[in-house]
Amino acid sequence: MSARVFLPIDAGALALGADDVAAALAAHASARGIALEIVRTGARGLYWLEPLLEVARPEGRIAYGPVSAGDVPALFESGFLDGAAHPLRVGRPEEIPFLKRQTRLTFARCGIVDPASAADYEALGGWRGLKRALALGAAASIEEVVASGLRGRGGAGFPTGIKWRTAAAAQADRKYIVCNADEGDSGTFADRMIIEGDPFVLIEGMLIAGYAVGASKGYIYTRSEYPHAIAAMNRALAAARAGGFLGADIQGSGFSFDLEVRVGAGAYVCGEETALLDSLEGKRGVVRAKPPLPAIQGLFGRPTVINNVISLASVPIILAEGAKHYQGLGYGRSRGTMPIQLAGNIRYPGLFEAAFGVTLGELVNEIGGGTATGRPVRAVQVGGPLGAYFPPALFDTPFDYEAFAARDGLIGHGGVVVFDDTVDMAAQARFAMEFCAVESCGKCTPCRLGSTRGMEVMDRIREGREVEKNIALITDLCETMKFGSLCALGGFTPYPVISALTHFREDFTRATARHAAAE
Amino acid sequence: MHEYSAWDDERASEIITPWCTVEGGMLPALHALMAEFGAVPDAAVPLLAQQFNLSCAEIRGIISFYHDFRSTPPGRHVLKLCRAEACQSMHGATLAENLLARLGLTWGATTTDGALTIEPVYCLGLCAVAPAALFDEVPQGRLDVARLDRLVTAAR
Repeated sequence: MSARVFLPIDAGALALGADDVAAALAAHASARGIALEIVRTGARGLYWLEPLLEVARPEGRIAYGPVSAGDVPALFESGFLDGAAHPLRVGRPEEIPFLKRQTRLTFARCGIVDPASAADYEALGGWRGLKRALALGAAASIEEVVASGLRGRGGAGFPTGIKWRTAAAAQADRKYIVCNADEGDSGTFADRMIIEGDPFVLIEGMLIAGYAVGASKGYIYTRSEYPHAIAAMNRALAAARAGGFLGADIQGSGFSFDLEVRVGAGAYVCGEETALLDSLEGKRGVVRAKPPLPAIQGLFGRPTVINNVISLASVPIILAEGAKHYQGLGYGRSRGTMPIQLAGNIRYPGLFEAAFGVTLGELVNEIGGGTATGRPVRAVQVGGPLGAYFPPALFDTPFDYEAFAARDGLIGHGGVVVFDDTVDMAAQARFAMEFCAVESCGKCTPCRLGSTRGMEVMDRIREGREVEKNIALITDLCETMKFGSLCALGGFTPYPVISALTHFREDFTRATARHAAAE
Repeated sequence: MHEYSAWDDERASEIITPWCTVEGGMLPALHALMAEFGAVPDAAVPLLAQQFNLSCAEIRGIISFYHDFRSTPPGRHVLKLCRAEACQSMHGATLAENLLARLGLTWGATTTDGALTIEPVYCLGLCAVAPAALFDEVPQGRLDVARLDRLVTAAR
């Protein structure tokens, strides 16, 4: 007997013992004389079900999860290879409500495709975007991206196609495509999932970008904290090169392009695009003043398109299906889909790709199922460590760049971190300042000094010393940091601080009474 | 578990040389030194300065900017515990503080038997399985006291 199963190699699944499950599957299959092929895929993004084991059946895949190594003998006993009943059987993954509600464009193949196989990528619809781009020509490909309305998924939300136009128009001896895979925001893992689960879609997106703007070389700058993503990306690059999708004269098109992975070294600020470019050049990751824009003078002084992983990974589907298809989804000026990451203290954590416009309340309560601890939700931080904390009173906010900005927040890279009612919001505000102090590149004063002073002021507030005076001081300091910093690190650290103060002021004044009593 | 070589100027120079002629080769060179020696010690500074044609001050500036580059090798095992918000929301901070207190360590320090170094990390992208850590590059999710204890025991 022979059978084929799929088990994630995604770091999140590995963290829950997927490798032990794989070893147990192999051992039991061989003991039973079954020729079992275990395909290690990315994750579907339903982390409460990981490790999620899927069996290939004529009617489609049948999933079981969460599976531990100890469950494997019973799974064989019950005949899971035939899709038989078992307490862990969740049926067809596509029918799980969390997945069924999604609109998967960028993540269409993630968790399904073999991330090490260029052939599997092609069989599942890969390279169609590149082929259409080559047929359309460079200028028309850029206009397709402009027309799709795609905005930078790293957080800034700048129109991707406009960046490309600028770089295409710049004259230089060489140009670069840089993929910002320095996904440092807590609560985000979409870049990691794509790189581990469908790296070829990123390669295809970068090829299209390179072809469109006339670049010959690309870099994927990722994090040392992502060892599995680095390995997956390098495997995929080797496979793409072997398949004639990287190197000279790609697929006989006359277009030559190559890609390389570069690894950061634990500096959060290198996720800021100009600091990333300095780091790629081998320097301290210090933020550059803009202008000049990277599209005109970027890596090594050459025109450079620098885009987030998800922006680039969304390009192939836009080219393959046409701009209208993508542009037709969304809300207001936020077009297409956003891979939203539900994280932290949430019952159903995972990746939820949907058209813009879903409300924060739907995400946290309906889709996410509330907290993992079962306690009431108190605060939700959206957009990473530089994002605002939202109370349930603002849960009607639609997931949209402008709607979040209008409520003094940001969607950033799409991370949603849920906290229950045990959270101390003054401590979270203090942490925001501490994080900024640890990670500041040091170039501008509001960030370098403001973050340390902010930490000290927060300490005084938490000790109950002259609380009202210190609240006025931290508010003033946040104004200075917001308007005086060179980049988003110093400029946006005030978001978590001020939002915590605005919506959870009682946590800032709680120590006052205690301190007064002590004196 | 990592086995690192003792520092050797000649070997270090061999490691650095191929990166000097590569675009932006400094970080890959530093990572390569870390992989071989577990650290980028002071002795590396003049070698890097000479080969990259930069001043020792510039080299020191680069090394000290990045959290990853240690000046001394870590213990035989490294536990990178996430301190960022998603792990905080699942009480990762308390878990980490208790572990450090129990082992008598501060962040970045190594147990006296040289078995285990505990490093802080700000996000491993494992926010859906918080609290999370990397133990010798093996991801660990939904950590609790018992699971952390097992890792510490495994290290020793």
